[in-house]
Amino acid sequence: MASWLSTDTKVVVQGLTGREGKYHGLAGRDYGTQVVAGVTPGKGGTAVEGIPVFDTVHEAVAKTGANASLLFVPPPAAADGIMEAADAGVALIIAITEGIPVNDMIRAKAFLAERPGVRLVGPNCPGVIRPSAKVKLGIMPARIHRPGKVGIVSRSGTLTYEAVGQTTALGLGQSTCVGIGGDPVNGTNFIDCLTMFKDDPETEAIIMIGEIGGSAEEEAAEWIAANLKKPVASFIAGRTAPPGRRMGHAGAIISGGKGTATEKVAALRAAGVLVADSPALIGETLMQAIKG
Amino acid sequence: MKVHEYQAKEILRRYGVTTPKGHVTDSPEEARQIAKDLGGKAVVKAQIHAGGRGKGGGVKLAKTPDEAFEAAQKIIGMQLVTHQTGPEGRKVKKVLVEEAANIAQELYLGITLDRAIGKPVLMASKFGGMEIEEVAHRDPSAILKEPFDAIAGLAPFQARKVAYALGLTGETHKKAVPFLLALAKAYVETDCSLAEINPLMITAEGDVVALDAKMNFDDNALFRHLDIKEFRDLDEEDPLEVEASKFNLNYIKLDGNVGCMVNGAGLAMSTMDIIQYAGGSPANFLDVGGGANEEQVKNAMRIILSDPHVKGVLINIFGGIMRCDVIASGVVKAVKEIGCTIPVVVRLEGTNVEEGKQILRDSGLAVIPADGMKDAAEKIIAAVKKGEN
Ligand SMILES: Nc1ncnc2c1ncn2[C@@H]1O[C@H](COP(=O)(O)OP(=O)(O)OP(=O)(O)O)[C@@H](O)[C@H]1O
Ligand SMILES: [Mg+2]
Repeated sequence: MASWLSTDTKVVVQGLTGREGKYHGLAGRDYGTQVVAGVTPGKGGTAVEGIPVFDTVHEAVAKTGANASLLFVPPPAAADGIMEAADAGVALIIAITEGIPVNDMIRAKAFLAERPGVRLVGPNCPGVIRPSAKVKLGIMPARIHRPGKVGIVSRSGTLTYEAVGQTTALGLGQSTCVGIGGDPVNGTNFIDCLTMFKDDPETEAIIMIGEIGGSAEEEAAEWIAANLKKPVASFIAGRTAPPGRRMGHAGAIISGGKGTATEKVAALRAAGVLVADSPALIGETLMQAIKG
Repeated sequence: MKVHEYQAKEILRRYGVTTPKGHVTDSPEEARQIAKDLGGKAVVKAQIHAGGRGKGGGVKLAKTPDEAFEAAQKIIGMQLVTHQTGPEGRKVKKVLVEEAANIAQELYLGITLDRAIGKPVLMASKFGGMEIEEVAHRDPSAILKEPFDAIAGLAPFQARKVAYALGLTGETHKKAVPFLLALAKAYVETDCSLAEINPLMITAEGDVVALDAKMNFDDNALFRHLDIKEFRDLDEEDPLEVEASKFNLNYIKLDGNVGCMVNGAGLAMSTMDIIQYAGGSPANFLDVGGGANEEQVKNAMRIILSDPHVKGVLINIFGGIMRCDVIASGVVKAVKEIGCTIPVVVRLEGTNVEEGKQILRDSGLAVIPADGMKDAAEKIIAAVKKGEN
């Protein structure tokens, strides 16, 4: 499968009438993305700079043919917004909202599990961009991107921009960049993105940016060792972070000692991934990985 | 958000979890009276937001009301140090005075989210009490893990299975099943991120009782639990962190001397990494977050500067949802209002970067501009070192 974004991507912005929704929805349109609709319950019939606003996602899809959603709904209602988009048949949902309750996300994920054709990216993420198709669903600054060959996946938003900036400066450019978000329960994971990059003809090399906590990086490392031939560079944020102040023991027991930066770096290196020691060296490390 | 043991037990009792009888107090006199009412023998327990109190001397058995008075007098006001408080310890304001139980067996129960599967997991072990982490480390198989559906809740068959695995039989097993179901229900319905009973006591009479209770709550869900939100104890938190949270800033105080203001947790962590990589030491973690406004940025700057250890500030912004012009005008306002005499290095990149840089240039302030993270880290460390000489 190639990139999840193409020139056929038609976007409905959930929360288009809000401050961030409007700002980033219009920025996406300026970049070249087809932003065809907005949804805000109670504001149906209005418009934002020529983009029609509907009361429901179902109506927006029926009237405009939207096939992707960019979601800025406030946290208490955001998981409901994700389920609404999925129910309306939107195949790609990019949830930008930060601060959604974990239990709400568990519910939304169970809802999505019954709709295998739907992909959720995020929440609490910067979104997805494909410079060659001029499609941007997210809050990333467009001007730092260039069409190119590096696929970037990251748990951290702003750190993704760092990697983008460095690959642009080195003249490599980006194929597709995905921010999967830092929340404990989210949609698309590292392996989903790596699988896409593996099959994406535009992607020739990969940057994977992780951070301390959880075991997603360790799982990705195993997958890379078994499945991926394209060069991969990585960076793990939080190597010098002090151990989080805990109370009780359950966190330590459930993680079974996994989740430290040292463990993640070791797992990635064992899988043949070059890991940058400094966030300023992500681009250079990828250059080394490409040279082999 | 964390709560005290006595508050966690209050919440759990609403769901039908059995706890020992007892009351919380900040007065040794009252502790004596509570012990008397409980029949004389009591346990006096320090209430702080950290585990390991028993080992640190914060849990004392009193055989008489007078002993309860003495224990309370010792514990209230003490600086209790445990492996979870850090070396400075935590000042104890209150004690929980509880009936002394007749312990036959101490087991372990915990529920937390398993991120790998996106489900809550009930953990249980026969080896409860103060050594549980060592047990988990030495013999992970001694901890049973039962994931359950957060929507449907823990199923009765799962509770039965776990109770049998704990070696409980007969009447005790019959009491353990509703205990487990109540604990799981409390975890889900109050949006916990942690609910832990260590030890879960089996009494000599075969009763099942929560001797200790620790609960943490999902901050993002507190809007629907206003009663629990009331339990927040600001004294248990760092004053600067409390101040930061008023402005929705994610600030964690550290020991170094380079103050940091960054947007995004990942970039904030890597900024700390690169400061150390360049030979410095960060004074804090501060994520101004996604859509921060000028007011928040101004307060972020004020909070960083109010830490007396800070000898220089590194502002590292890669604007996406956060716009550089907003950051720049917030910083300028803060510096002008507070008057800042230490070096400030600013690295701006991303959305509205030119407007942001222009605002800094026009301000007439002596901020040092930087290109990229590495340059920024090196410049602030050089400036701080120069200031020290
Ligand atoms: N009401 C009680 N009656 C008898 N013994 C008790 C009582 N409460 C606590 N204890 C004893 O004190 C020990 C320590 O108490 P508790 O577990 O509440 O605190 P803690 O040390 O902070 O816990 P942790 O080590 O799990 O962080 C228990 O393991 C138990 O043996
Ligand atoms: Mg305990």
